[in-house]
Amino acid sequence: MWKSRDEKPLTSPNPQPLAPVVPAPAPAPTRTVETPRMDTYRADVAHIGKSVIIRGELSGSEDLYLDGEVEGNIDLHNHNLVIGPNGRVRANVQAKDVVIHGKVDGNVTGVDKVELKKSAMLNGDINTQRIVIEDGAFFKGAIDIRKAEPKVEASRPVAQAAAAAITHSTPGASSAVPAEKK
Amino acid sequence: MGFFRNLFGGGPQTAYAPGEGSVLIPRRSTGFQHFTQAILRPDGQRVLDLGPTSSSNIHFLTELGHKVYNEDVLMAANESRLIVSGEAEDGDTIDVARFLAEDLQYEPESFDAVLMWDLCDYLPEPLVKPVVERIHQITKPRGALLAFFHTRDAGPEAPYYRYHIKNEEALELQQGPHFKLQRVFQNRHVENLFRDYTSIKFFLGKENIREVLLVR
Repeated sequence: MWKSRDEKPLTSPNPQPLAPVVPAPAPAPTRTVETPRMDTYRADVAHIGKSVIIRGELSGSEDLYLDGEVEGNIDLHNHNLVIGPNGRVRANVQAKDVVIHGKVDGNVTGVDKVELKKSAMLNGDINTQRIVIEDGAFFKGAIDIRKAEPKVEASRPVAQAAAAAITHSTPGASSAVPAEKK
Repeated sequence: MGFFRNLFGGGPQTAYAPGEGSVLIPRRSTGFQHFTQAILRPDGQRVLDLGPTSSSNIHFLTELGHKVYNEDVLMAANESRLIVSGEAEDGDTIDVARFLAEDLQYEPESFDAVLMWDLCDYLPEPLVKPVVERIHQITKPRGALLAFFHTRDAGPEAPYYRYHIKNEEALELQQGPHFKLQRVFQNRHVENLFRDYTSIKFFLGKENIREVLLVR
């Protein structure tokens, strides 16, 4: 009496010609959090993860990527430091190149260069030869640009060596402050 | 005002994170030109920029050989830590004492020059006079101060701009986070507010802005 309901086949026995594929509308542009390009993930770069908390003196003789929390002092002497987006530093920082994505309360000395990325928040003074600040970075403090000391090489004339020591850096929309002053 | 509405789409203002306004509007500035002349020599001066962090400002000032200090006073003045609930008759008020204890903390007569931009127009009322007094205190005698003030024609919805130094005589304006224009000063109000300064010069700028160069 009751006819069982015909179940529709999952696929049509007579395949229809495929409709032209309409590309899905592109999602509305959203502001993405920049993930820092990790040349810092190289094997020769020490990595401190975001769950790590260090209180005291942090020093080393290799490049460091720091995404955790440090309270005290950081001294990497002639090596580079990247403070990741999760990095929270309450310390004076000294390194060759310092790149900041996270938050720093303390004075920052970059022997060569200090770079504030757009997510950076720095409360403290900067002392360096060159500085790069991305639009959107927050900075409260003083900036002292040191004059580059010309490197003298025995095999090259002094003037030539001095010219080679001065570099300019202008990545993307940010601007760099060269070492020499007019 | 119509110019601004057309430029930014005419809709209600949205809150911008610092640096999100992508359009840079060039503007010649006679006031800034005079300010630059005042700080040109000698190098090694201390210059305080009270606007949002601007790499072009830092670049320009350090190229002159000066030491740059940066403090975004307006951002600090609008932080929730300063709001005291229900003390004023009309609601919340600002903890002025706390602001002065935590912000603009410098030794007296520390600075040779101060870039104030249009800070006074956007500061919460209780902070205007204390901030101007503090800036006077931390500026050296004969130190220069550059301030901008909106004219009445700017209208109450005048957007807040960040000022980037382009060169000795030109600035670039970039729409910043949404801060409400709190008031419009008349010339005599400006003179009264900065009465402790020895010299005051007014320059009529573009887009309903007056530029004021003061010498302490």
